[in-house]
Amino acid sequence: MRAFTYERLDAATGASRRADHPGTTYIAGGTDLLQLMQEGIAHPRALLDVSRVGTTGVTAQLDGIRIGAATRLADVIEDPIVAERLPLVAEALAASASPQVRNMATIGGNLLQKTRCLYFRDVTTPCNKREPGSGCPAQAGQNRLNAVFGGSPHCIATHASDLAVALVALDAEVIVERAGGEKSIRLDDFYRLPGDTPYVETALEPGDLITAVFVPIQATNLPGRYLKVRDRASFEWALVSAAVALVVADGEVVAARVAAGGVGTKPWRLPAVEDRLVGRPMDVQTLQLAAEAAADGADPRPGNAFKVPLLVNAVARALAATADQEANR
Amino acid sequence: MNAPTPAIGQPVSRVDGPAKVTGTARYAGEFAPDGLAYAAVVTSTIPKGRIRRIDTTAAETIPGVLAVVSHLNAPSLPYHEMEKRPQVDPKSGDQLQVFQGPDILFNGQPVAAVVAQTQEIADAAASCIGIAYEEAEARTVFDPGRGREPSEETAKGGRPGASGRGDADGALAGAAVTVDAAYVQAREHHNAIEPHVTIASWEGDRLTLYDKTQWVQNVVDEIAHVFGMDKEKIRVISPFVGGAFGSALRTWPHVTIAAIAARMAGRPVRVELSRRQLYNAVGYRPHTEQRVRLGADRDGKLTAIVQEAAAQVATYEEYAETTLQPAETTYSCPNVRTAYRLVEMDVNSPCPMRGPGIVTGLYALEAAMDELAFELGMDPVELRLRNHADTNEKTGQPWSSKELRTCYETGAERFGWANRIPEPRSMRVGTELVGYGMATAIYHADRGAAEMQATVFANGTAVIRSAASDMGPGTYTSITQIAADALGLPVDAVRFELGDSDLPTAPVHGGSITLASVGTAASAACEALRDKLDRLPAKGGSIAETLRANSLDRLDAKGKAAPGEETKTHASSAFGAVFVEVRVDEGLGAVRVKRMVGAYDVGRVVNPKIARSQCIGGMMGGIGMALMEQAEWDERFGKVMNANLAEYLVPVCADTPDLDVVFVPGEDTIFNPLGAKGLAEIAICGVAPAITSAVFHATGRRIRHIPIMAERVIG
Ligand SMILES: Cc1cc2nc3c(=O)[nH]c(=O)nc-3n(C[C@H](O)[C@H](O)[C@H](O)COP(=O)(O)OP(=O)(O)OC[C@H]3O[C@@H](n4cnc5c(N)ncnc54)[C@H](O)[C@@H]3O)c2cc1C
Ligand code: SF4
Repeated sequence: MRAFTYERLDAATGASRRADHPGTTYIAGGTDLLQLMQEGIAHPRALLDVSRVGTTGVTAQLDGIRIGAATRLADVIEDPIVAERLPLVAEALAASASPQVRNMATIGGNLLQKTRCLYFRDVTTPCNKREPGSGCPAQAGQNRLNAVFGGSPHCIATHASDLAVALVALDAEVIVERAGGEKSIRLDDFYRLPGDTPYVETALEPGDLITAVFVPIQATNLPGRYLKVRDRASFEWALVSAAVALVVADGEVVAARVAAGGVGTKPWRLPAVEDRLVGRPMDVQTLQLAAEAAADGADPRPGNAFKVPLLVNAVARALAATADQEANR
Repeated sequence: MNAPTPAIGQPVSRVDGPAKVTGTARYAGEFAPDGLAYAAVVTSTIPKGRIRRIDTTAAETIPGVLAVVSHLNAPSLPYHEMEKRPQVDPKSGDQLQVFQGPDILFNGQPVAAVVAQTQEIADAAASCIGIAYEEAEARTVFDPGRGREPSEETAKGGRPGASGRGDADGALAGAAVTVDAAYVQAREHHNAIEPHVTIASWEGDRLTLYDKTQWVQNVVDEIAHVFGMDKEKIRVISPFVGGAFGSALRTWPHVTIAAIAARMAGRPVRVELSRRQLYNAVGYRPHTEQRVRLGADRDGKLTAIVQEAAAQVATYEEYAETTLQPAETTYSCPNVRTAYRLVEMDVNSPCPMRGPGIVTGLYALEAAMDELAFELGMDPVELRLRNHADTNEKTGQPWSSKELRTCYETGAERFGWANRIPEPRSMRVGTELVGYGMATAIYHADRGAAEMQATVFANGTAVIRSAASDMGPGTYTSITQIAADALGLPVDAVRFELGDSDLPTAPVHGGSITLASVGTAASAACEALRDKLDRLPAKGGSIAETLRANSLDRLDAKGKAAPGEETKTHASSAFGAVFVEVRVDEGLGAVRVKRMVGAYDVGRVVNPKIARSQCIGGMMGGIGMALMEQAEWDERFGKVMNANLAEYLVPVCADTPDLDVVFVPGEDTIFNPLGAKGLAEIAICGVAPAITSAVFHATGRRIRHIPIMAERVIG
């Protein structure tokens, strides 16, 4: 770790101008950033603490639900609005990290956490994302954690956030404070595919401060389940996860939102699965047929080929669990 | 004297518990000698070659940096050969010599250290050191075909290339029923919560080391040889150890680095290895591949055991394990053949990890026994009973005690083994398949020579002192109980001081020998003290009164204990039977242990509460081994890629099932006067094969590669 300065900001306004300098980085809970600094992956010269800039709390608005970027994961899980109206988000967060981490970590930081790719996290090995042009050893190396969707010859790192998977399924937006004013970006557009610039991960511009995420009204109050598969029962990122939310009327699927984690270089929406659900009767056969489309277009490596059947099964289970929940409403 | 109720056998809470939970227990890294400086270790980033150049200019100019040490400026150290290698060091090859030359023998080898006023400055400076290498071709692939026989010294140390009895291959050829299966066990790391840390402090030519170690006196010996010093000039202090599991048995290079750095900086220096560095700077359980062939008659009587193992080893030092010992001692079988091979790689040296060797060999042997039971259509417990070894057939000696049959019976009963439907895939709950599995546990019982000093004071308290360690199993407590009983004092009147090399001799705190060795010495010392008290001219009721009646402030005595004739006449071992229920969700590739019962024969149980803790810890270690712990190795870099606690998975609370521990009655007074056989490694033995057998019972599929992670279940 190199020497750095630290300053706590107390307002979001003006933050982006302060942060728009090379070497200046926001810090919120610090649960990822400090690791990156200790491992020599990030070398900020100045940290601006944005955990107390007033962007905390959950608010129900007429057009949707807004979650402040600095809200701690634990507080979001316990928030009554989230519990009642965004069960998918609550479930994804409850399955994230550990209670200790959730007490520190924030929503904004969670969306911007770095990949768990083993090579990215070890500075002694090459990695295009960490050191542009150095290579991607994960392609032919230890890649059981890496992506089967959205990869390129330059990078196959997964996006590790569970929350982002749930939010992508719900068409959430990221609200950003930028020098010129506030800007809202669909989360699905917010994350970038690696292509030949795997180090460009989001649509954020230098200095941009995330102030909130926003879930539009039509994506609230939906029955949904977040199913997370991992090697141990807790405290591990997803090998594969599936976020599902359905609207069912008169025994027919009216709207479907399905996304997967642990498999894509960004939170991966599964439109092929959604297409096979919408307009069909909500029955076992529909769900199974739909789930089978989950891995369409997957491009696995030998070390992560198991994620293909795993994903299909996880989506099938999440769909079935959502159907059960719907049936019991 | 009015003897209180005996403390032995009581579930006394840890005597060191309050100090630990309130933070007053001082671990090695928490000592703070005046002027303490901090070092950061720089490690190699290639697996083999030489250092061409080290650029330290940038690091040296950072304010607060006191010294940068590497082979360019480190003192040349004699590294004298030891007269007798301690049992924790490999018997052949040479330990890694730090900062003595430019050669790189493995990725992660310490090549430099920066000493600075703070840890932060040291770390920052360490990241500025530039090293240019000349790379050589490295052997980073585990290729059992390249396996070679262990050296003569290793063989003499009980790890021979070949061993056995009778004609195993002949018997196998004629056997009515056979099993032939290959098993892989991944490289595992100890991952104790406390990292390895050493503080070195010189006063003139005297050296004090505060070190995380399982054997303070061996650190003295090793450092004396490394530096060519008088042993009398070295003192090693280590009152508490935050878990070790074998990783702190040896004296690793960072201890030498601390001493070199402190000498060069002219002040005390603290070296703490980072979590990532712990994956190469200390040892690990070696990757091992095995083949087991069993032959039996139709009644399930074993006629042949052939077990072969190949394990990874470093190029510079020959660490070998007793992997194939269980093949020779666990069951009765006239024909046994074992073959042990070492596969040299450009890696750091492996080292003992909980149940070293035995747990590895037992995994393959017990997994194969389950396969045999299935072939025979026989209950796995019944198969074990039919092959019960009434004597140690390797040595021909009778057992000093053996209650293994009771372990099977008691364990099966508590588990409800009778409810097992033999047919695989026949038990289910919802989407999950249910599997029951079991295995035998065995771990040889040994003792070492130990001494204890006991002192009683006129205020009615006592202190016992020995250079033992307590890395967490409860040594402080159990030996205090033994001394309290021997002196007729309550437990809270007795204090045990340990972890200081100046104290009376203690053997290594490993191999499950501490209680049987140091505990016996404690009894001896306290008995000697009672004798002395009895011989005092004036008599009193209590110890305190007796001392006062004789105008004494205190009275001391020493006691010793060592293995004796019993090692010639008898074989001694702890035994156990482990029963496991797993739930397998095939679609999601998930195996979770639902519950486990372990029934153990460990002789007399001094403290059932901490004994249970020891066992459930071992069971959790076994769950890790069977289901999630593995080093993810990159052959191109010769490196463990998941070298951190986020991606190297150990079981967490949510993976902790209902763990039921029972100790079957029995005392082994042939083994030692206390009747206790030692209880540590036994608790991890047999857990992994019980789990893998349960997975077979649940799924009907043999997965012969541990850990059984999602990819192995799903496809
Ligand atoms: C052991 C462990 C296990 C974990 N397991 C999981 C898991 O299972 N699932 C999961 O989803 N996550 C998991 N995490 C990740 C964890 O959720 C993230 O580390 C956490 O959410 C990051 O939030 P933070 O506030 O601590 O961010 P920080 O570490 O403070 O910051 C992370 C990044 O976000 C930037 N940033 C923070 N806030 C803002 C803002 N408002 N605007 C712009 N940039 C900002 C920072 O500059 C930095 O680059 C785990 C973490 C750990 C340590
Ligand atoms: S997958 Fe991406 S993050 Fe991983 S090594 Fe390749 S470039 Fe780096």
